[in-house]
Amino acid sequence: MTQQLVLYPLLLQMFLSILLMFCWRRISWQRVVSIVGSIINVGVSIWLFSYIWENGTQIVQAGNWKPPFGIIFVADTLSATLVLLTAISGLAVSSFSSASVVSARLKFGYFPIFHFLLLGLNGAFLTGDIFNLYVWFEIIIISSFVLITLGGEKAQLEGAVKYFTLNILASMIFLTAIAVLYGLTGSLNMADLAIKVAAIENRGLVEITAILFLVAFGIKAAVFPLYFWLPDSYHTPPSAVAAIFGGLLTKVGVYALIRVFTLIFVGDLFLLNVILILAVLTLFSGGLGALVQNNLRKVFSYLIICHIGYMIAGLGLFTEVAIAGTIFYLIHDIIVKTNLFMVSGLIFRMRGTNSIRNLGGLYADYPKLSLLIAIPLFSLVGIPPLSGFWPKISLIIAGFEAERWWVVGAIIFASLITLIIIAKVWAGVVWKEKIELPKRLNFRYFDKLKSVRKVQMIAPMIFLSLISLYIGFGAEHIQKVSSRIANELIDNQNYIDSVLGSEQNIGHEE
Amino acid sequence: MEVLLAIMIGVLYAAGIYMILRRSLVKLILGIIILGNGANLLIFLLGRVVKGSPPIIPADSDVFQSIYADPVPQALILTAIVISFGLQSFAIILVKRAYKVVKTDDLDEMNAIDKDS
Repeated sequence: MTQQLVLYPLLLQMFLSILLMFCWRRISWQRVVSIVGSIINVGVSIWLFSYIWENGTQIVQAGNWKPPFGIIFVADTLSATLVLLTAISGLAVSSFSSASVVSARLKFGYFPIFHFLLLGLNGAFLTGDIFNLYVWFEIIIISSFVLITLGGEKAQLEGAVKYFTLNILASMIFLTAIAVLYGLTGSLNMADLAIKVAAIENRGLVEITAILFLVAFGIKAAVFPLYFWLPDSYHTPPSAVAAIFGGLLTKVGVYALIRVFTLIFVGDLFLLNVILILAVLTLFSGGLGALVQNNLRKVFSYLIICHIGYMIAGLGLFTEVAIAGTIFYLIHDIIVKTNLFMVSGLIFRMRGTNSIRNLGGLYADYPKLSLLIAIPLFSLVGIPPLSGFWPKISLIIAGFEAERWWVVGAIIFASLITLIIIAKVWAGVVWKEKIELPKRLNFRYFDKLKSVRKVQMIAPMIFLSLISLYIGFGAEHIQKVSSRIANELIDNQNYIDSVLGSEQNIGHEE
Repeated sequence: MEVLLAIMIGVLYAAGIYMILRRSLVKLILGIIILGNGANLLIFLLGRVVKGSPPIIPADSDVFQSIYADPVPQALILTAIVISFGLQSFAIILVKRAYKVVKTDDLDEMNAIDKDS
């Protein structure tokens, strides 16, 4: 039963999307199937996580080929954590989108594609084979192309062209990097690559390959000079789609960076410095970009970029404390960013616009919901004891220990900028006096929704806000998880042994 | 053979990137296609070009006797071709829709989303 446990999240998502395709025209069925399926998925992911937590890294070899041959799925603590977070965000967005996405979009296969996207995300987190990672990336981007264009509005199509071009370019660079890596080592298994790359004498070639990977994943993760596609496209699709994109898609890039630079290209000082400089520039440019925007979702898009900088900075510092900070930030960020984009969707439903200039008076009209909105907003800034506060401490401590004062400075600066932006958003959207806008025709305002739909929109926000509060107040537990992950990542021998050292025994405990 | 392939791949990459940098949407698609072909040929080249020695171990032996043609890159290329085929067909449809809706194929004029607030 537990031997193939690693594959269950994948199989479940695939099963769900196929099942949903059979109810193509029956939107109400699709809503039910998607929400129920996502709840089951959370259960399966918790099961996987607790199993990994107790028994250590698990592997599944496709076709029972002995590693390093054949495709292998590896679930270490990092992968299991991310699969769990994907399931949680997936559940929230599934419920949210069944209320907020208009049925004209749902009719064209929104839910099946949504679950294919989750399948791709789970696959990318679980695979232990670099070419397989490429394939999962393609599944992710092709699903995201459909989601971003679904509806075919003018802005959506323009955003999609940019999103599409940059993502496909990233894939080509990724493919080139895999080609060069295969030429150097003759292997695709990540654990095997770790050993073989370490043994290569010509370090120049290794560095060039690493830079290719950095560029490819940097585009996906929206790192400093490569992020321009993100703020141009993330505000165009429905906010439910933006929620899953903002919460998870850029994080796949970060995950791939973490995986590749802690396992395959380890400890190269030049590369780490490049990553650090990029991180600092990402922090600055994302923060300053968000400062001048007026559209709520564009503000959040720039904040995604800004906060990617924290995670990359932790990776660049490359100490155990720093990696723990990165992982903690990743956990916090996935939940909060998903929630924030849903909040922007809710505000759009209430007022019919996302322009901060035209918004206002939310607290007077919806006092309880405003308090709910406050949780993700202030978690994002990291006002203690909310969730964004703890990982920054780890990162700053790591920066001090490494005596990289400029990194510490950038981290503090970006926190300050985030605080200013959130204060601006809070004042402009919630506290400012209400501005009377002309009523939009054919627009279903929040007040006029059925109460079931209202619950479907609000419940996921409460759910994610509670998790955010748990991450903040139960920081000890999350810190324990991230320290363990950091420990596993810094000492990559554990990963290599679990993959290569267990030929005799599938599911062997390491 | 290797040198010829290497030059070929370089030309394909250069042409692909040049085309992507053009303002026309159609040239963008052509650029992506050319770049994809370049990447596929690169995998082929880096898997070592070996002629006339299939990866079959002789009956009287346990290991390969000499250098052999590596089958893995061919599997990789096949996968990559299929994936890029799917992506490219999507891209062509997307460009057609975008052209119909925005009524231009000039990327510089696709700036409605920068203006909105």
